[in-house]
This record gives sequence, structure tokens and C-alpha cells, in this order.
Amino acid sequence: MSNLPFDPLLLAIAIPLAVAVAIACGLPKRWSIRLAYVGFAAPALMALHTWFYFAGQTQVHGYAYLTNYSTGLDGIDGLGISLKLGLNGISLPLFVLAGLVGLAAGLYAIQSTAERLKIYLMLLLVMQAGLMGVFASVDVVFFYLFHELALIPTFIMIGIWGGRDRSYAAMKVTIYLTAGAMLSLIGLIALYVKSGAPSFDLITLRQIIAARPLGETVQNNIFALLMFGFGILVSLWPLHTWAPLGYGQAPSSAAMLHAGVLKKFGLYGLIQIALPLLPHGAAHWSHTLAALAAVGNVLIVGFITMAQRDLKQVIGYSSVMHMGYAFLGIACYSVLGAGGVVLLMVAHGLSVALLFLLATSIFHRTHTFELTEMGGLAQKTPVLAAFFVAATFASIGLPGFANFWGELTIFVALWQYSHCLTIIAISGVVISAVYGLRAAAKVFFGPPTEAFARVAAQHPPSDLNWREKLPALILLAALLFIGFWPKSLSTPLDATLHAVYAAPAAVSGK
Amino acid sequence: MDIASLQTLAANNDWLAIMPELLLGCLALALLALEIILPAKLHSRLPAVALLGVLALLVFQLLGFTAGFVESESFNGLLVHSREGQVMRVFFLLAALLVGVIGTISLAKQKLPHTEFYHILLVVTAAMMLLVQSNHFVMLFVALETVTIGLYILVSYFRSSPLTLEAGLKYLIMGALSSSILLFGIVLLYGVAGNPELTGHTASAMNLDSLHAFLAANRHNFLASVGIVLVLSGVAFKIAAFPFQIWVPDVYQGAPTPVTAFLAVASKGAGFLVLLVLARTFSPYAWLLAPVLTLMAAATLLFGSLGALTQHNVKRLMGLSGVSHAGFLLMGVVAAGTQSMAIGAIYFYLFAYLLASFAVFGVMALVAGPDDADQEISHYAGLAKDSPFLALVLAIGLGSRAGIPPQAGFMGKLFIFIAAFKAGLYGLLTVAIVGVVISIYYYFSWIRAAVFSSSTLPDGDANARPARTPVSFTTGLVLGLLAFGTVLLGLYQGVLGQWLNTR
Repeated sequence: MSNLPFDPLLLAIAIPLAVAVAIACGLPKRWSIRLAYVGFAAPALMALHTWFYFAGQTQVHGYAYLTNYSTGLDGIDGLGISLKLGLNGISLPLFVLAGLVGLAAGLYAIQSTAERLKIYLMLLLVMQAGLMGVFASVDVVFFYLFHELALIPTFIMIGIWGGRDRSYAAMKVTIYLTAGAMLSLIGLIALYVKSGAPSFDLITLRQIIAARPLGETVQNNIFALLMFGFGILVSLWPLHTWAPLGYGQAPSSAAMLHAGVLKKFGLYGLIQIALPLLPHGAAHWSHTLAALAAVGNVLIVGFITMAQRDLKQVIGYSSVMHMGYAFLGIACYSVLGAGGVVLLMVAHGLSVALLFLLATSIFHRTHTFELTEMGGLAQKTPVLAAFFVAATFASIGLPGFANFWGELTIFVALWQYSHCLTIIAISGVVISAVYGLRAAAKVFFGPPTEAFARVAAQHPPSDLNWREKLPALILLAALLFIGFWPKSLSTPLDATLHAVYAAPAAVSGK
Repeated sequence: MDIASLQTLAANNDWLAIMPELLLGCLALALLALEIILPAKLHSRLPAVALLGVLALLVFQLLGFTAGFVESESFNGLLVHSREGQVMRVFFLLAALLVGVIGTISLAKQKLPHTEFYHILLVVTAAMMLLVQSNHFVMLFVALETVTIGLYILVSYFRSSPLTLEAGLKYLIMGALSSSILLFGIVLLYGVAGNPELTGHTASAMNLDSLHAFLAANRHNFLASVGIVLVLSGVAFKIAAFPFQIWVPDVYQGAPTPVTAFLAVASKGAGFLVLLVLARTFSPYAWLLAPVLTLMAAATLLFGSLGALTQHNVKRLMGLSGVSHAGFLLMGVVAAGTQSMAIGAIYFYLFAYLLASFAVFGVMALVAGPDDADQEISHYAGLAKDSPFLALVLAIGLGSRAGIPPQAGFMGKLFIFIAAFKAGLYGLLTVAIVGVVISIYYYFSWIRAAVFSSSTLPDGDANARPARTPVSFTTGLVLGLLAFGTVLLGLYQGVLGQWLNTR
């Protein structure tokens, strides 16, 4: 049993934020970096701590570590907005994911040679605080607010440290994501107003809606707002075009945090809020969602990925494609499907972050992202090659890695929903094996190309150093740990999903 | 009228109730007197005297020295001292203080007398404070005219610049036009309400309470509805709502930066307060008010957002984006017809808007060169490298105006959205979302210029950007406080939130 004298969730948000403020106030560089270690490590430690002791925690309304902080708006006849923090089985895996990927991205950023490193670290810390807040919030307004808090640094980081097209990319990503966020905000407000709940916190919303379900049309409309709003944020086809562009241009740590963690906000919102509260709406839209995800995200984007010649674009498009599986799991509308999505979210977050990290490390050795100009790197950097191949295997979904359990669960749930879609989804695995393995082969194996030989002659590539290896190891270890022991996450997840999805299932007669 | 009735009338004159306004007027006069008495070398201290005086009044007001008069009438129903009035007094004093601070920056770049600027500023502020407490059309019109005439002078204060003179002329003509429309509307209402053939006719139709009673008794009078539309049009000019917003870009560009800020915040805030009071008075005509205001809000939102999209001059950008903010607030006014929480949302929005706008205007005044009208987005290139502090303040201010959490502007928009949703204004909400997304584009291109691009200028273009004013301690403190307040109010709504709750 743990009895911490403080609230681990609040600290996980406050420590990175405090370090960011300290850096902004003009701390010297040496101290900034030392403090940044603390700022990135603290959330990870808190996350691991809550994970380890989660089973023994007393749960209030299905939430462990539930605390409430007033912001002056939770009076009796007020709006009912307050900073309410807590973890349930759905948010715990993502909270852990945010902590681990944050630590890896932070460590990788500290060793990088970015210009104006202090501001870079400061923005990453703000983003980290926002990410921890998103998954720890029980209040819907703060859930949204923390998401935006994490989103703004992404825009700025793409704009300052991005690649050649950074200005255009930053603008496009900003507009797309703002549009998505606004749609979902209106959806959330609609949920609050239409349910007549006195407060924005999810526990009250659940209780009120369980006692008095919303009308069918209302549910359909609100679900559409949330589905397309969150859909843009998670890159649902055909609203995905910002993602490959943005990730292609973003600096590595920002891409790791965004693709790995922040993008999961939309899926998390659908699973935690939209599905259980709007069962009719979900049933009404599930065919549309499934068709868009299967044909658009999995097949079309899958083929587009195969045609990419740029390593970062391959990873960017592949992350769009894998979101298709997640949408399919949501469309199934079952405990099994939703559970599979949560597992896949964690697994995909870890593996895509690892891939972005390694892609940047490869770039430092080849000085290009063009797949056609690489080759034979494995002879010079065997450890990097091993990491990359492992990450590719994880991303394809080979057993032993966490992704396997996520995809398997989704496929099983999907089989009960539609045989045809399952076949499309499984053919997607073949597609991702093709582009994943081909990318690995082009970078590391075969004879070195002329272009690479020239670069290698000028800057002889060295293998991964420890400062790059450590963040990669954290991510890979987490992938393997969950791959071999998925129960560590699935037990609390299963309990929460059953409790949360029981009420709507009774309503919809399933 | 005999002496006895005059005495009874005079007994109702609570001079103490309008002490802040009186003191402000005295301070304004004292400034002019001091300029005559004091030797010339001490004249540079006079702005500080004015600002300290306003600061003292602000503290005086915050400590609640006039709280005893709340919920009472004075001057025979000319004024009503409401809780809203108390809060708006603080709003205007704060605005005057900040305009004064920005004024010290901008005026230093011009060879013009300083004292008169502060004199007019204080007079206009006092008039605004009376305006929001007036409960009588005569009082309302006189206070409004005092504000407007003061602003005519302030807008054309930098009289050596042709753009400023153009702005002054445009503001004068449009202002006079709108005042006459307002006056015509008032007269129509007065005439109709005094018609003895109608039920509930009243001799004191200038009093807003009596007018309300008359309108409630005659819910579909044609002349009254014409009067209402005309009065609303007159007010729409003040808040720069469609179709009375055409003057905004030119006037905002030509006016001195502190005056632009004053127009954008205080004048707009006063207009919305008047609009709220009038909407309450005209509430029996909700069948007319709701569609007119809804259309106005939608058109204002779209015009502001689309207009701001193509601007390169930051003052015009602020003006047109301010028009779209007026659209958001109008949405709140429409919602206030059925949802009382919308009124609190409007106040919160106004305070958030005040903090964010003055942060941005403060940075603008520092970045501007001697030609105050020439402030291009490209002048902000490399601001983050040269002065990270200013870039941070600018980013926080613009972020709050764009409605990005955790700044206060987000909470303001959230409250307005919730109110609008409760009132069932789905069409307006759709327009508002479009407006927000467009606004992200133009605010972002400004932030992009300040943060992302480097300050290296193209060859042979070395003088393209005017020199920036170094940040003094006071300015830095004020800007820092504004930015801090914006973020704080976004995360902890505390005092303002309590006030919102008790409504």
C-alpha cells in the first residue's frame, strides 16, 4: 500500500510546469538542463508509482487518487468547473504512456544539438505537463484545457526547429488541429448542456446520463461533433493530411510526444466520454466510422505509405494508418474493442516514439531522410540497426511486443462486428510489414549507395551513444514488458471498462 | 417651480455616490491648473501625477468606498448604482490607467503637449463611468456625447500625421451621424410613449424603467420598434458592430496607439454595457431584438474575421479582430435574453479582453517607430531573439485574444459558448467556430513573424524597421502583470468567478 503525503497526479503536472517557469525566468543553461532532468523524470516516476500501487488504491466512483481543487467556479449554482484529478483503468495506461514517452523525449532533447536549447526544453516541459494533465483530468473542461496546453508548444516547436517547410507545416497543423479542437469543444459543451448536469466532471455526467439518457437525435448530433472533432485530432481519413506533413517537419522530441501521446487524446476522449455516454450515437455512426477507418486509414493510407521515399514520411503515414485500427476498435463498440484500442494506443505510442527517435539518430549519420540515398548502415552501426528492426517489428505487431495484443484484441472484437472489415484490417498488417521491412532494409542492409558512401567518407558514422541509447531502451523495454505481461495493464482496464460500459449496454439492449 | 420642490429634488442628489467621477474630473482640471502654475521643467512629471491619481481612485474603488450606494437611485432616477456599475467603474479606471502607461511610451516619440492628453483621458473615463450607471435617456446621451467628443480630440491627437487627421475626420463624421441616429430613436420612443391614446403612456418616457413599463404594455407598436432599431444602431456604432463597423480599420490605424487601445477596450466595453441595459429595457420587444441582434452578431463575426485575414498593418488587424470580438460579445448579449448566466460571461470576457488587449497594445507601442500609423507585421521579425520578454507578452496576449487555453480568453469564449448553447443559438455557434478558426490564422501569422522569423533584413533594406523602444522598469512591470493576470485568470477564475456565480 502506498500512502504518499502528496498527490502524485498534481505533482506530475506541476513539477514540469514549475521547471518550465523557472527556465523561462532566466535560469542559466547548466542549471536549466539539470532541472530539466528532474522535470522529465518526475512525471515518469509518478506514473510508474501510480501504476505499481493502482490495485491497492481505494477507488471513489471508479477513480483512484481522486482529488478536487477549486478554481473558483464550482459554487452551488456555478458552472461546476474545477480541477478534478483521478485515474481509472482507462486513463492509467495512457498516464503511464505519457510519463514514459515524456521521459524518453526529454532525455533525447537534452542530448540534442538544438539551437536555443533552453527554450526547446521549456516548451517540451510545458507539453509534458499538459500531457500528464490530459489523462489525469476527470473534469471535461480541464481535459480539453490541458490538451490545448500541450498543443501550443507543438506548433511553436514545429515553427522554430522544424525542417524546410516549417512555416507552412506549422500553420497547417495549427489550423487543422484548432478546427478539430473547436468541434470537440462544442460537442463537450453540448453534452454538458443537454444532460443538464450541474458540473463538467465526468463522474457527475455519467451518473446524470445513466439516470436520464439523452434523446436519440441529440446523441447522434453530439456524437457526430465529437467523432469528427476528435477524428481530425487523431487524423481520421480524409482529415489526416496535417499529420505526415507536421511529423515530417517537427523536431524529433516534439514528434515523439505528439504522435506518441498527444494524438491519443481524441481516441481517449471517444472511449472515455463519447462511447459510454452516447451509446445510440455511437451505434448510429459506427458504420461510417468503420468504413472511413478501414478503407481510408488502413487501405488508402497504407498504399500511400508504401510509396513514400522519405523515412520520416513513412513513419508519419504509418502512424496515420495505425490509427485506422484504433477507429475500427471504437466502431465495434464493445468492451473487447475498446480495451484493444487502449492497449494499441499505449503500444503504438511507445513504438512510434521509438521510430521517430531512431529516425533522427539515423539522420545524424546519413544526413538525409531519403531512403534511396541510404543503405548498408548496419555494418557501421549494428546497435542502431537492431533497435530499428525491433521497433519495426513492434510497429508491425509481431508477438512479444505490446502492439500484438492491441491488434489481436481489436481483430477479435472486429470479427464479431464484421467479417469483411476484419479481412481488410488484417490485409493492412501485410501492407505495414511491406513498408516497414522495406524501410529497414533500405536503410541498413544491402550495399551502401553512392550518396551514402560519400557522406560516410566525410563523417564516419558512429554507433548509438549512451545518451541516445537510454531513451530508446526505456521505450523498447516498456514495449517488451507489456508485450510479455499485458495483464499489468489489462486487469484494471477490464474492470473499468466493464463498469463504465455496463450502463449504456443495458440501454442499447446489447 | 417653487423653491421647495427644488429643495426636495436637491435632497436626492447624492454627490457622495458619484465621488469617483467627481474626483476624476477634479484631477483632470487640476492637471491643467498645475501646468500653468508649475515651472516648465516639472511638466514632464504631470502624467505621473495623473496616473497616480487614477491608481489611488482604483484602490479607493476596489476597497469599496462607494459600496454603500449599491442598489439605490440618485439624482431623481438619473443614475442607478448597480453592482455591475461598481465592477465597470473598476474596468474603466483600469483601462484609463493602462492607456496612460501606453501613452507615456507613444507620446515620448512625438513633439506634442502631454498634459492635455491626460486631461481628456480622465474626463472621458469619468463620462464612461457615469454612462454605465445612467438610467435615463438624457443622462445616457449626455454621458455618451462627452465620451465621443473627448474621443474625437484624442483620435486626432497626433495632428502632424495626415493619417491621424483622416482618422479624426472619419471618426467625427461617423460619430456625429451615429449620435443623431441614436437621438432620433430616443425622440421617437419618447414621442410614442407619451401618446395619451396608448395604454400605459407615460410622461417620463426618458426614464428607462418607465419606458420599459410602457413597452411591456404595447408589445407591437410600429413606431416604438423603429425607435428601438434606431437606438440600437446608434449603439452599434460604438461597439463597431456590423453594419456600422466600416470606420474601424482607418480610425484604428490613424489614431495614436494608446487611443486605439482606449477605443478597442474601454469604448467597446461601455458600448456593451449600454447595450445590456437597453436590451433589458427593450425586453418586451424580444421578438424584434433577438433576430436583429442575432443577424448583427453573425455578420459582425464573419466580417471581422474575414477582414482581419488580409491585413498587414497590426493596428488595422487589431481593429478588425476587435470587430470579431464584438461579434462574440453580441452572441453573449443575444443569449442574455434568455440565460442570465450570459451577463456574467460578458463581464468575464470583457476583463479577459482588457488584459490581453492592453498586453498586445503595450508591445505595439514599444515596437512602433515615430510614425505611429506605420506598424507592419513584418516589423516584428526577430522580436523573440532581440527581446524574448516582449515576444512572450505578445504571444500570451494574442493567444488569449485567439481563445487558446490556459489564457483567460479561452475561459471567456467557453462561458459565452455555454451560454449560447443553453440559449439554443446553434447557427451562431457554427459561425463562431468558423470565426475562431480563421482568427487562429491571422493571430498566428503575427506570432509567427515575432517568434519564428529571424531579424536579418534583406540587403539594402536596413532601415525598413523602426527602432524599438527599450523596455523601462514600469512598462516591463505593467506588461508582465498583464501577461501574468491573463494566465492566472485562465487557470484560476477565483474572484471574478465568484462574482459570476452570485449573479
